[in-house]
Order: sequence, then C-alpha cells, then structure tokens
Amino acid sequence: MGNLPIIFKRELLSYFATPLAYIFIVIFLISNGIFTFDLGGFYARGQADLLPFFSFHPWLYLFMIPAIAMTLWADERKTGTIELLLTLPVRLVDAVLGKFLAAWALTGIALLLTFPIWLTVNYLGNPDNGVILAAYLGSWFMAGGFLSIGSCMSACTKNTVIAFILTVSICFIFVIMGSPILLNAFPEWIPQFLVDAFSAMGFLTHFDSIAKGVLDIRDFLFFSVFIAAWLFASAVVIEMKKAN
Amino acid sequence: MIEINNLTKNFDQFTAIDDLSFTVKEGEVLGFLGPNGAGKSTTMKLITGFLSATHGSVSIDGFDISKNPIEAKSLMGYLPEGAPSYGDMTTIEFLNFVAQVRGYRGEEITTRVQHVLDEVELNSVSQQTIETLSKGFKRRVGLAQAIMHDPKVLILDEPTDGLDPNQKHHVRELIKNLARDKIVIISTHILEEVTAVCSRAIIIAQGKIVADGTPADLEARSKYHQAVSVRLSESYDLAADLTDLADVQEIEKDSEDDMVFRILAKTGQPIFSQVSEIAQAKHWPVTEFHVSRGQLEDVFRTVTQQTKGAE
Repeated sequence: MGNLPIIFKRELLSYFATPLAYIFIVIFLISNGIFTFDLGGFYARGQADLLPFFSFHPWLYLFMIPAIAMTLWADERKTGTIELLLTLPVRLVDAVLGKFLAAWALTGIALLLTFPIWLTVNYLGNPDNGVILAAYLGSWFMAGGFLSIGSCMSACTKNTVIAFILTVSICFIFVIMGSPILLNAFPEWIPQFLVDAFSAMGFLTHFDSIAKGVLDIRDFLFFSVFIAAWLFASAVVIEMKKAN
Repeated sequence: MIEINNLTKNFDQFTAIDDLSFTVKEGEVLGFLGPNGAGKSTTMKLITGFLSATHGSVSIDGFDISKNPIEAKSLMGYLPEGAPSYGDMTTIEFLNFVAQVRGYRGEEITTRVQHVLDEVELNSVSQQTIETLSKGFKRRVGLAQAIMHDPKVLILDEPTDGLDPNQKHHVRELIKNLARDKIVIISTHILEEVTAVCSRAIIIAQGKIVADGTPADLEARSKYHQAVSVRLSESYDLAADLTDLADVQEIEKDSEDDMVFRILAKTGQPIFSQVSEIAQAKHWPVTEFHVSRGQLEDVFRTVTQQTKGAE
C-alpha cells in the first residue's frame, strides 16, 4: 500500500504534460455548449433545470471517454514501461486503481469546468440545486463506468486504436441496453424478468433517473459495482497478457 | 542470495525455460549468456517477478517472488530490456517518481535522486523530457532508476546495448563499483563484457544451462586454450618439426592471414615451453609468438550449437 497515490499523481500529471488533457477539456466544454444551448433547446424549454445538458452526456462520453481510456494500459505495453511498473514494489491493484482514478479525476475536472452552465441556469431562474448536484455526481459515476470498460479494453491490446474501437463498441451496447427502442424490439415470448434484467444493465436506465433528480442509491451502487467488476477484469487481463 | 529451483516457463506449447536451477551469492557478478531467443530475458522476467513461472521457484534473500512479491521486489533493481521509461516525463520527474515508489519521502527523495544523477552522470539532461534523449542517455536513465534504492540485487538486461565504446566502458566501471557487496546479474551477447566485468558466466541455450563457471574456466574449454599462435615471416613447414610432441593436437592456419598458424594443444596441456624450445632450436622465422587464453566466443558457439544438434 502507499503507492496508489504516487501512481495516481504521476498519471494525472502526465495527462497535463501532453496536450491531451487540455484538448479533452476544451472539446468537452465546447460540445457541451453546443448540445445544451443549440440542440438541447435550453432556452426554448423555458425551464430552470439542466436536463438538456445532462441528457447528452452518455452520447458525449461514448466517444470522449474511450479516447482517454485507450492509452491506460495499451501504451504501457507498447513502450515496455509495464515491465518497469510491475517490477517495482507496486501491487497490481494499486496500479490498476491509480491509473483508473487519475483518468476519472480528469473527467471530474472537465465536468467541474462546466460550472458556467450551472451559473447561467441560476442566473436565469431558481433551479433545484440538489437535483443538479445529484445529476453531476451521476454523470461522473457514469463516466467512471465508461472508463472502467476502457481500462479493460486497453489492457487487452498494445494498439490504442483497437482499444478505442473496442471500448466505443462495448460502451455503446451498455448505453442502448436500457433504451425503449431496443426493449420494444424484444419478442413477446421472452419472459419479462429477462427483459428487465437486460434493461437494468443499461446506463440510460440508471442515468436518466439520476438526471431527472430521482436520487436512488441503487443507481449509484450499480455504477460502483459495474466499475469494480471491469477493473477486476482489467487486472485479470493484465496478469494474463503480460507475456506477449 | 538468489536461489532458483527447477524454474520452468511454458508459453502455450513452447518451453522457453526448461528446469533451470542455480544460486547466486553476494559479491558475484553473473553474466547471463545465450543466443537470441535462448531465454535470457525470460529468465530475468521470472526472477524479477514480471512473469510467473509455470513450475519452480525464485527466492531473493529468502523471499519467494510469487509468495512475497513486494518484499522480493524491494530488494531488487531491474533494468528491463530496452530500458523503458515514461517518455513524456523529464529525467528528474521520472527519477522522483521511482524514488517515491521505492518508499523515499521528503528530503530523502532529493538526496537519492541527486546521488543517482551523479552516479550515472545525468545532471546535464535532468530537465529534459526522456523521449528527447539519445539512446545512451535513455539507457543511463534506466540504470539510474535501477540503482535508486541501492539494491542488494541488481538485474540488468543488456545494459550496454546500443552504447558507444566510451559509454560501455563507463557502464562497466559502474557495474564493477556497485558489485562489491551485491549480486549483479547481467544478460548480454557481448562476450568481451563477460571477461571485463563478470566473476561468473552461465551460458544458456534453448532454456537450459549448457555451461556455468568463471570466465577463465569457460575459456579453458576452448580448443584454443593453451594454443600457441605463431606468425611467420616466410613459409616454413611447422608440422614436420612438431610431429614428436605428443601434446600437440594439430596445426591450424588462420583463415585470414596465410602467415599465421595456431598450434593447438591436446585438452589444454601447456605446450608453450616445448614449442618455444623447438622454435629456437630449429630457428623458425617467427615475428610473433604467443600463447592464447582460449576464446569465449569459440566456447559459446560450441556449447550453444551442441544443444541444437542434439534435437
């Protein structure tokens, strides 16, 4: 123990040592602006809430999160630094968690920097700030879910492009799992509990309710367990594929 | 002390390391030799705990690498093949990171990092990002991180690969200085390096040990051991004069120089004095006359190709 914070710090600083972090944050903020004000009809709705802002997040994350997750392990494998890192007195758990938390912190920073939208809505009306806070948290947890998939996919390959494509594909499946379009497509004869179980794995199922202000601890629990499971899978994959 | 017992590593059907056992004691500098693909790097990856063995065990000062990995890894410094490091960090940032992971805190970090910067002469590039450094400097950064915590065991995978002769010399001096109370294992395919720095050499081929001894022992196994090398100024029939010497095996002409001959001894018998007496008595037209120590390269080729032939 004790090495997790050191790895976390190194990883987070390395995002800012290259233009990656800045590009990520800038694109994230611009896209959020476009989605919220332009496509989301923020003004036209005439309501003092951030629903248009948050409802685009799953789709925005779908492409942006894999871009930061893809390098997590693939680059370590490609440059050989994985051999350096894992022969230092570092536990694999600390390495996996440290890297994940650093990437998660980066998405947290990007999310915090959207505060002008929150200021705007408070200037224009009297929103329920508790709901907004919950939605921010929910969005961050969902980002963690995307990232944990990315961590595992990045551990599977040396090639960052492959890691990116795999992550986007798997994230896409989890995003649409809970969407009505997909659920309605199920044939009648499939038992309802299977459809429910399927839908319960979907990101949208959990995130939509959080974004609307329905604060259910089970939704947060879902994302936490989801993250833990994928990080565990990452560790297993790293252990298995070290040799190649 | 490093104890390696029946170490075996299979990759799918392929056996990379086949039942390797040896021990290394404090003060030994072990040169690990072998042709490409013999399993040198794999062995080092198993010792340092990067890979886990299929069978067998590695223990560092009593700590088993698979049961107590953190304790065992704390005792070791490792320079992986190709000296990987985080390219987007500066030299000093990278070394600070390693120092922290090695458990140094506060002031200690600065002292330790400064110490290794001095030791491998990296001060001039301490503020540069590692990806902009030359190959030689990158290798030294790798060495610097390996010796950060003054480890009891130092494992260096091809530490001088890609360095110029001056840098090679410097690294070898460094290894010799470090070696006194430590265990150093270096892998290399440069044989002169073994004679220069190692107190012991192990040659492996196809995952098995084919030779183990001091460099001098191994040289003695060469057919050129105790051979007398002669350079003539005009052609002369050496063989006629030497037929009476029982210890002379054969006379070999140098492949590049027609005037150079090697008089090979039978199984390392000292023949120098006998040959030199004859040379004086018969007035050989010699310009050079010396005894050969035996060539490691020759032993290397013989032992590594024997195993190939056996299959």
